[in-house]
Order: sequence, then C-alpha cells, then structure tokens
Amino acid sequence: MTNNKTLSTPSPPTSTRLNNLHVGQPLERFEDNALLSGRGLFIDDLGVKPGTLYAAILRSPHAHARLLAINSEKAAQLAGVRAILTRDDVKRWSAPFVVGVKSPMECWSLAIEKVRYVGEPVVVVVAESRYIAEDALDLIDVEYQALPAIVEIVRAGESNAVVLHDAVGSNVVSDRSFRYGDPESAFASAAHRVELTVDYPRNSCTPIECFGCVVEYLGDDGYDVLSNFMGPFSLHTVMALALKVPGTKLRHRTPPDSGGSFGVKQSGLPYIVLMCLAARKAGAPVKWIEDRLEHLTAATSATARHTTIEAAVQPDGKITALRYDQIDECGAYLRAPEPATFYRMHGALTGAYDIPNLAVHNRVVLTNKTPTGLVRGFGGPQVYFALERLIQRIAVELKLDPIDVYRRNFVQKNQFPYRATAGALLDSGDYHAALAIGAGDSRLARLRAKQDAARSEGRLYGIGFAAILEPSISNMGYISTVLSPEARAKAGPKNGAISSATVAIDPLGGVTVVVASAPAGQGHRTVLAQVVADVFGLQPKDIQVNVEFDTEKDAWSVAAGNYSSRFAGAVAGAAHLAAIKLRDKLARAAAQNFGVDTSSISFENGKIFSRMQPDKAQPFARLAAGFHWSPALVPADESPGLRETVFWSPEQLAAPDADDRVNTSAAYGFVFDICGVEIDRDTGRVRIDDYITTHDAGTLLNPALADGQIRGGFAQAVGAALLEEFRYGDDGAFLSGTFADYLAPTSCDVPEPTILHLETPSPFTPLGAKGLGEGNNMSTPVCIANAVADALNVKEVTLPLTPSKVMAMVGINAPEGRAQSALPTMPNQEGRGLSAAGTIDISATPENVFDVLNDPNKLAQVIPGCHNLTAIGKDHYRADVTIKIGIVKARYQVEVKLSELDPPRSFVLSGKGISAMGVSEGSGRITLAPRDGGATLHYDYSANVSGKVAAIGARMLDSAAKFVLKQLFEKLGQVATGDSVPPTRPWWQKLTAKVK
Amino acid sequence: MKPIRSNEHATISLRLNGFERTGHAEPRMLLCDFLRHKLGATGTHVGCEHGVCGACTVRVDGVAARSCLMLAVQADGRQIDTVEGLTDSDGLLNDLQQSFKRHHALQCGFCTAGILMSCMDYLQRVPNPSEQQVRDMLSGHLCRCTGYTNIVNAVLDTANRRTSA
Amino acid sequence: MKPAKFDYIRADSADEALRLLAEYGDEARILAGGQSLMPMLNMRLTQPQVLIDISQTDDLNFMRAEDGTLRIGAATTQARLEWREQLKNEVPLVHQAFPHISHFQIRNRGTVCGSIAHADPSAEFPLCLLALGGEISLRSKKGSRLVPANEFFLGTLRTAREPDELIESVSFPLLKPRQQFAFDEFSMRHGDYAIVAVAAVADVEGVTFAVGGVADRPVSQYWRGVSGNDMDAVINDYSQSLDAQNDQHASAIYRKHLVRVLGKRVIERVLS
Repeated sequence: MTNNKTLSTPSPPTSTRLNNLHVGQPLERFEDNALLSGRGLFIDDLGVKPGTLYAAILRSPHAHARLLAINSEKAAQLAGVRAILTRDDVKRWSAPFVVGVKSPMECWSLAIEKVRYVGEPVVVVVAESRYIAEDALDLIDVEYQALPAIVEIVRAGESNAVVLHDAVGSNVVSDRSFRYGDPESAFASAAHRVELTVDYPRNSCTPIECFGCVVEYLGDDGYDVLSNFMGPFSLHTVMALALKVPGTKLRHRTPPDSGGSFGVKQSGLPYIVLMCLAARKAGAPVKWIEDRLEHLTAATSATARHTTIEAAVQPDGKITALRYDQIDECGAYLRAPEPATFYRMHGALTGAYDIPNLAVHNRVVLTNKTPTGLVRGFGGPQVYFALERLIQRIAVELKLDPIDVYRRNFVQKNQFPYRATAGALLDSGDYHAALAIGAGDSRLARLRAKQDAARSEGRLYGIGFAAILEPSISNMGYISTVLSPEARAKAGPKNGAISSATVAIDPLGGVTVVVASAPAGQGHRTVLAQVVADVFGLQPKDIQVNVEFDTEKDAWSVAAGNYSSRFAGAVAGAAHLAAIKLRDKLARAAAQNFGVDTSSISFENGKIFSRMQPDKAQPFARLAAGFHWSPALVPADESPGLRETVFWSPEQLAAPDADDRVNTSAAYGFVFDICGVEIDRDTGRVRIDDYITTHDAGTLLNPALADGQIRGGFAQAVGAALLEEFRYGDDGAFLSGTFADYLAPTSCDVPEPTILHLETPSPFTPLGAKGLGEGNNMSTPVCIANAVADALNVKEVTLPLTPSKVMAMVGINAPEGRAQSALPTMPNQEGRGLSAAGTIDISATPENVFDVLNDPNKLAQVIPGCHNLTAIGKDHYRADVTIKIGIVKARYQVEVKLSELDPPRSFVLSGKGISAMGVSEGSGRITLAPRDGGATLHYDYSANVSGKVAAIGARMLDSAAKFVLKQLFEKLGQVATGDSVPPTRPWWQKLTAKVK
Repeated sequence: MKPIRSNEHATISLRLNGFERTGHAEPRMLLCDFLRHKLGATGTHVGCEHGVCGACTVRVDGVAARSCLMLAVQADGRQIDTVEGLTDSDGLLNDLQQSFKRHHALQCGFCTAGILMSCMDYLQRVPNPSEQQVRDMLSGHLCRCTGYTNIVNAVLDTANRRTSA
Repeated sequence: MKPAKFDYIRADSADEALRLLAEYGDEARILAGGQSLMPMLNMRLTQPQVLIDISQTDDLNFMRAEDGTLRIGAATTQARLEWREQLKNEVPLVHQAFPHISHFQIRNRGTVCGSIAHADPSAEFPLCLLALGGEISLRSKKGSRLVPANEFFLGTLRTAREPDELIESVSFPLLKPRQQFAFDEFSMRHGDYAIVAVAAVADVEGVTFAVGGVADRPVSQYWRGVSGNDMDAVINDYSQSLDAQNDQHASAIYRKHLVRVLGKRVIERVLS
C-alpha cells in the first residue's frame, strides 16, 4: 500500500502567509457530495432551451481524398432534419483557423477541397434528435477521389512524399535548428558519443466524458457557447477570428463539471466553430455531444515523435553536450496551439542535468492522421522517452551504474535558481536528495537483490529509472520560439502567464472565490477554499468557490484555463493574493475602528482582532457587513466594495531572447522514478513488480489530492507504456475506434506505486507550489521502457510494449512445424493492409471463366450480394453490393474493373466501394491453369478497408476479407461451370451449406 | 406482445429509485438516454455507448447492467436504480458513497455513478471480497482519473465495515 | 452513435418468437441479453427491421441438468449460470472459463446462447461448447434440429443457424467419470476478448484440445492415446496448421506461439 512520506515542511517563501491551518492538509473534497449523488452538472446534464436541435457529423472514411461532390438532398427531406451545413456555408461565414507557423496551409472546421484524415468532418446535419440526425447521415452521398495517404513519420518529410497541402508544397511545415554553447567542439572532443533513435507513438488520455457543446447564434450579438472546452483561452481568439467576430461576440461559458480533460478537451476548438455555424444555419440552438467513436477517431492525439539523440560523454559519465534531431508528427493540419508540443519543453531540453552545450533540429511534419493537440504531459513524454532512454544507454555503453550517471549530471542544489542551457530558469530543487529518498530505505537494494535472484533462475527481470523535470505554468511566449528571432521581433514579444482570481465577501460575511480555471476533477474548489480560509482565519467550508468560466463576466486573460499544471502555482497563488488584498482592506478598516495599528490586526477563528489589544475584536461577518451597510464606516481613502481581483504573472517568464533562449515555464518540479519489471518468457507480458515515484512539487496544498493526481497520471502512463496506441493501417485507415480496440488500463492493469515527496518551495509562485499532475505521464513510460531494455538487454524499445511486440523481442523459437498449408495466408504484421492468396480447383475451364467476364449478367451473379450491375465503360461496371458477414450488413456502391485481360490465362479484378460503413478497395490478379477438364484458379489479393468498419471492426477484418474473397472466387467457379443459383436461397446460405 | 412500430412512442412505466415514473420513447431509444433526457435522471453518464466503459451502469431489478446496452422499452415494468437513489432524502450519503469520499476515490466523478451501482450489486452478492475480486469486478469500468487504487480501497473499506458491523 | 429504426416485439413465449422469426426471417434479430447485439445496433453495423426481445420470455429462461447434459435456455443469463452452485461439478470447464468471460456487469445481462449465436471467434462459450462436444438446439416453426458445435460455427460471426431459426438452448455435456478439464486464456486486459484461449478435455482414451481467438472460429482436435512426451510435437504441429488471424493487437505468429504455450499448460494439467 501507499508509503506516503512528507520529508520537510519548509517555511513559506514569502511573508504573506499567516496560519496554515488548512493548506497542506488532506481535506476531503467539497466537490464530492454532488458528484457522488448524481448531482454533478456536466455539459450533457444541463437542460437546454426549448427548441434546441441536435447535430451529427458526417466524417471522411478516407485518409486522403479529393472531395468531389456532396449530395444531401435525400437527407434534407427526412422528417425532423432542420439544417445541413456544408463547406459552402463554412466558406461563407467563417475563415480558416490561424496557424502557429507561417504557412499557406488552410484548416477549416469542415473539409473544403480535400479530406486529409479518417474522421475529418465533411457535413453537419442538424435535426430534432441525435437519432434522426444520424439517420440523415446515412442518406448523404459523397463522391471522393481517393489519393495515396502518407502515414509514416520519416517518410512524410521526404521530398518525394505525397503532399497533403498542395499550397504548402511539402509536409514539413516547420524546420528550425538551435544551437546553444558550443556543441560541435564538445562532440569533437568527447571521449564517448552515445546515440539512440527512438519513436514515441500516438496516444491520448481519452477522458470518459467526451466533448460537448450547446451553441446559439444571437445575430448581432454573435455566438453564445456553453462547452466543456477548458482552454487555453488564448484559443478563444482563434475561434473568434475563425468566426469573423470580435472576441466580445463569442461568449464562451463552461458547465460546472467536466468529466476529465487531461488536455484532450482542447480538441473541442474546431467543433465549437463548426457548431456555431450549424446553429446559425439552423436558426436555433444546437447541441452536439461527441460520441466515443468520434472521440477516438478524430478528437486529437499526442504527437508521434521520431528522435535521434546523441550525447557527448566523459569517461565518468558526465555529459558535456546533447544533440536532438526530432520530427514531430502533427497529423493532417497544424491546429493551434501546435507545434507547441515541441516548444513547451524547449527551454528545459537538457532535463535535470547540467549540460552546457546543446544542438536541436526540430521538424514538424503532417500526415494523413487526426490533428494532434494537448494531451497530459504535453511534449514531456516525447522528450523524456529520448533523453532518459539515452541515460540508460550511457550507463550500458560506459558500463556505469545508472545511479552514478544521474548523480554526476544532476544540477546541484546550490545552483538554484539555475539557468539551463536553452533558457529554462529552474526555480528550486534538490535532485540528489530526491534520488536518495527514492532509492533509500533499501528500496533500490531490494530491487537489485530481486533482480539477481530472478536472473539466477533464468527469469527476465529489469530495473528502470527516469529523472524528469515537470514544467508548470507555461510561458505564453514559448510557442514563438518556433519563429526565427527576426520574425519574432517583427511580430512583437509574447511572454508571461497571467492568472487571475476574484475574492468577494457578501453582507453576511460569506466569502466567494471566482477563478477562471475550468477544472475537470482536480478539486480546485476544495484547494481554493483551503487557501482562502487560511488568509481570513475561516473554515474552508465557509468559502464558496466558483470555477466556471465565462468570457463575458470573468476576469481572464490568454493564459486562463485548465492546462500546463498551472493551478497550484498560478491559480491558487492568484487566489491567495486576491484574498490577501481583501484581507488587508478589512484589516485597515478594523484598525481604524479599533484605533490600533494595521500591522497588529489578525484574522483567526472567524474573528478579527488586534494582537496588541486582544479585547479589540469583532466577528469577521460583522466587519464585512459594515462595508455593505455602512459605507460611512469605511476608511475615507478606501472604495466601499468587498471584492478584489488580482492578475498575476510570473516575472521570470520573459519572451524568447535573440539567441532563442526561453524560460518555457515558471516552475519546474522534479520526479525520480524507479521500477522493477518482470517479463513472462512464455507470453511476453510485462508485469510491473514494483514502482517507486519520488516527487518534488514544492509546497503541497492538499497532499491527498496531490497523490490522487500522481496515481491518475501514473495509471495513464502505464497505459501509454503497455497498452495504448492509435493504430493506423498503411493506407491511413484508423483501427482503434472503440474502447475494445484502444486499450485504456483497467483496475487489473494498474499497480499501486510507492509515492514519496520532497518539498522545496518555488521562490517564484505565491504559495511555493508547483504543478504535479503531469510528472508521471512524462516519467513512467520511459521508466518502464528502461526496465524492459534492462531485462532483455536490448537497445530498441518501442511503445506500447504489448505482449506480441515484447515476445518478438524475447524471441519465439519456432519449432520445426508442419509447413504452412495451402490455406490463404496473410502477412505476419500487425495492423497492416489486408492481403490474401489462395488456390481453388473449379470444374469450369479457363475459357468458361473468361466467358463469365465478358457477360455482365453472369458477372453480376459472381459478385456476392450484387443487386444490379451496369456498364459504365469497357470492362468497367457500377453495382450495388450488400456485404453480409453474420449480422453485419453493409450496402456498398461499388465500381468493378477488369484489366490486364490475358485470356485464358490471367486477369486483374479491381473494385472499390463506399457505404455508410466506410470505403473498401481491392485489387488482385487471378491466374488460371487448365486441370483435367476444369481449372485451377489462383488469386493473390490486397485490400484496404477504411472508415467506420475498420475503426470498430479491426479485430475481424482479416478473417472477413478472406471470407469475402474466398466466396467471390468460389462463386466465379460455380457460375463459370454453369451452376445456377436457386433464386430462393441467398448466396450466403448456399455458401454456408457448402462449407458444412 | 403487441409490436411497437419504429415510429411509435411507446409508454414506458418503471419504478425509478422507488418512484413510479412514466415516459415515452421510440423502440430504438437507449435506456441511458431515456433515463437522462426523458426522466431527468442525469446522474447516470454515458461514456462509450458500446458497453466497455461502464459509466452508464444502473441496476435493473437489482442487477448491475449497462444502460447503453438496453432499450428503454425493455425497462417497462422493471425496477431501475440509479445513483440518485443512493443518497437519502436529507442528502446524506450512504456508506459506500461516504467511503468513496473518504478515500478520494473520485476526481472528475463522471464514471463514478456507474461504479457505485456495480458495487451496490456486487457487495450484496459478495459481502467480503478479496482485493483481487474487487479489481476483477471493477475491470468492467474505465476510470481515467484515479488510477483505481483509491476506488479499490473504498470498496474494501465499505465491505469491512459492513461485515464487522 | 444511435441505432437505426426498428420495430420492437417482446415475445411472451418461445412459440411467439418462432412465429415472428418465420414472418420476418433475416430482417429480424433476436435480442436476448443484447451485450453483443446492442453495440452493433448502436454503431449501425446491423440494421434489422424488427427486434424480437426474448429476454423476458419465461419458457426460454431455464437451466436443466438432464440426459447427461446441462441445457441452458436462450434467455438464461451468463450470470445465472455463473452463480449456479453445482456448476463446478456439472460442467467444470465452463466454471474454469468464467473468470475470463468479459465482466461482471456484462455477464449479468449477456446470455449463454447469445454468445453462441454471435459466434465471435475469440469468445469463450463457443470454445467450451466445442471442446466438450456440446450441441445447439435450433427450432423454427417447421421443426427442431440439434447441431453439434463442430458443425455450428462457420466463421467470424457466421453460424449454421437459418434465418427463421431460434437457438432455443445449448447443451453442455455433464462431467463424466475420470474426465479432466483445463482452460486458459491470454488477453490484453482482464475480461477482454481472448488473443488466444484454449481448453483441454481428457478422458481415459485421449485428449480434446480446442483453440479460440486464432482462426475465424473455435477449432478443436482430438488425440487418442497421446502421452505427455508426444505432446510438445503434437501441439507444435497443430499450432502451425491453424489459419491464424492478424489484428492490431497480435500477429498470427504470436497467436500460434501462444497456442503452443497455453496448450502445453492445459494439456499438462489434464494429463497430470
């Protein structure tokens, strides 16, 4: 069970704090009673205005295609359908989204000329219910011209790759190099150079509540939006610009509760714009709730990253220089705030280490995949997967104890605040102490003894480490590091991270705190109540906190929102400062009433009194009431109100300098992880045997909630390490569209980590607190990977470490088995395009077969489920085909083409089809050889299936494709022989009868 | 029974948390949508609509089941219990809810209603489960916030207190 | 993600269900527990005209140990079977398989016959039924027939059931003297569909070995008089002969490897 230990409770960094009766206590949450009773108010729980309509989105089944024509007439005529929004409306009423780099790329809320990823919105239907809206989607015909897709990250950047955006001319939308210190000399003179290439996969934290919004068009007043989008509210500007309205005409509000975000709900941005337009078209409020299939397919993803990293290392393990060559894959469009995944971490690319020389080459590429965005850890998992794997490799290659490599390279305690090579100003820490705590109490020694014992028995046991900086409170200017210094100078500096809070007291002495933090379960209300109660000498239950966000009524700025672990440091800090400001005002009034010096006024136990003359005391509520009922009693130079708003921005967050140095975050926590894993030699299953995570997040405001954050991040990271990945086929087909395909960890997959704390308060935040919600998302994937690398003594480790993948690393010693039979065979790769080959003997001759090919009526009999077949050219037909596999049934519009006809020897049969289930395309060569009055038919086929059926049925595509092909060619044989099919029996019954 | 045609809005009467409730729905309406949007019982949440995440779990005649995998028309005449019924009329949490609060077993609270309803059924059938049994039972729910341990502890604590009471 | 329209009929009796099936044939679907059908309806992978709900059809909700088998009616939930006190003595293999079968909340409504009807190649009930040589009782208005499990499963989601037929019950043979059983499964997460599931049933004469999750349907092999020593080679050969499927979670090679690993485990267990 948990081993929580707080090692030191340091004195507060500023003198503004009084009695910390509540801050630092594991207070139970004020949020919980409502949530546990079903009284939560999530977006889909709120009532809507009468007449509100419901939207559904038609999405692209293609990864890449030209959008030729959209025919929505049938859909428009369906009873209950009220509006259909197409690209024409979108072009008329909106503008493309602003892009973070200078590029002619256009990104709209609906596909315009091309679709560029599976799931890209193509049409919106607005109807009286979601059910009807989905009915209408099935009635829309879209004509596409398929294009080759680019899915592979390195390939995407090559000069001859298929280009997504013709106007850009390349898939590389950003290419920047950075140099700090003198990396060339350091590498030239290095005793050792250790290099490693790694890949980080696409994944996401998939909150259990999906995105949702209720939107109304108000004419001259613009748009009113209620959604669980959680910021950053710098993106409010992006939405307003896309809608071509001033920011004041786009009111955005959040519901009181949000069912998890983890950054992911930032992906609601384009949908807010889309639904604004839909509401405008419909002339009524519109509600859209993203469903799970839509969320997994098309919401967002962490970037995939391909990194080559190299270190110049002295014989003792001291690193003198680092070189990163990174490619970030951002999907089909660079959607704001990308390419922020790169630049959030930029100032701290040297990690927790004192490394004076650094070279960085960053390229951002586009692929035919869902656009990327915020996912908890944002940028951290990608960087640390390279950097911390490299530390492990340095230890291996130099035959050093990893612990010694850490100790030799960590920034020293006496160096803080420490200016890192790329510009991060590390605020505080004691990394050596944290390591000692984590490894201490014989924890590491016990793991190593376990490893020795396991290895002596031939078992596969590995130990991994990870040391990471956990940045919090992002510098709003960091993203401008992507621009050249000249371009930045032209655009004007961007910097800071403004947070705000308002504290007010009502006539009965009740205290209200309002912050624009839009949380998703982190317990902001509870923590703010603790923070503010301490300032006023009240109980937390006396503090009413409102964390909803309203752009029209709240004090807010661009940095507002629920991201970059900014709550504890920035938001709670601002609330503290606002409370202090209000308290001081009360203190001045009390001092005047009591006739004492203001500095002697104290606030404790609901009373305000003078420490010098304790008989001078007044209940808190009484004094507060005075401000409301008797402004005459308020000191002459004070304003009468009891409401204070504070805006706070850490002064350390400067704009990137002319040398590209940037302090990317205001505070940097530290995490040191140790884990032991055992790999089952038989199955390749990775079992986490022990996990120790040591955190220094400065002052802890509520240790129970802090540990809750750590456990949650850890669980997501275990998923990222072992299970989770958005899988795509070579053709860009998306294959992870359900929670049975995208595998989030369950209660049986997540072990309990040992959580340890050290508290070195940040000198830069009002309460000394730093963020801590994202650390394990950054540290744990690579820590587990390091342990697996150690267990198997391998260099290449890719996530997720699924049993199938790990088993391939362990090695399957294939037995001398019987040769593969003549059954259809498939390539032994996971998640790739489908192919099948097979041979069947038919009683028809090759000539008979060619007779069938020349006769459309016979050809129609051959194609399973063919309803009608009409020629549209020579050897080119169109047909309606119903594919049926068990209870799954889909009606495809199919084009069939015969080519390379070489009678009576061979031909190529190609087909492509589209249905509400998605698109399929296949082509194969059929060869015929005469055989005793009949023929042997051989087919060799490849097929692609994309869209809904691939996203949700990937597990069965292989066998389904084999089945359909086998059926097709058996049928060809029958028809060629002259077997007629009894009209009363559908083909599948006939077939099943035969198989029996 | 008489068929209910696809366009017909059938009258559905059920006992929701002890109260007789009536609403109307087409045959295809999912029970979760009916409970939430027709009867206003929004405490039950919808997370995947394909039976994996467990957020929509309710009790049907006492038995924990996915309300996204059941039609509203199937609930006619049945007893349905949802999270709203766990708290008494004074707003007092029951022992399981209290335990969740004590153990910080929820963060965003979106998946919680379904988990509570599963546990209410399960603990009646298995009053004294092992940690592994609880983890197995909870594997029918996805929670992205908590990492599960606090949920496991809350359930075990509830079971212990009930059996030692 | 909402179902397309359909008519709904709650069948009060098996006869009514059969009458409706005769009327609607392939345009109708039987809704029992709905734990496989409902997700497919929600995703619109299947769009029947009519749903015939048998979940509250009393004369289909039964479990009877009779004539050497445990017969389980079409409306009987998996949970009812799971919580049946005598199950571990009646059909020990199914008892062993239960911890691997989906989740508590799904088993509460999912039916045994529904899993058989759905014919997912990775599902446990079809595998157990095949390993034990069980039978499926199909009934239509025209009559009844018994189909042995090895003739029933035709491929992914495909069975020998005709559109007007109802799976009225399935029969698991009861434990016979000196039979031994073992079940094992490897899945990505607890309760997931199997990557590979295996079952072994041994009697005095030989061993039946059945494999799920690998081919497009559960498959089995009977080996007479095989001893522990030959087992390795025999299972290796058998695993290589399987038409293993690839998917995004596991390669065909890996699946075959797991057949060997898990196969040895279960066969050792039943032979020891």
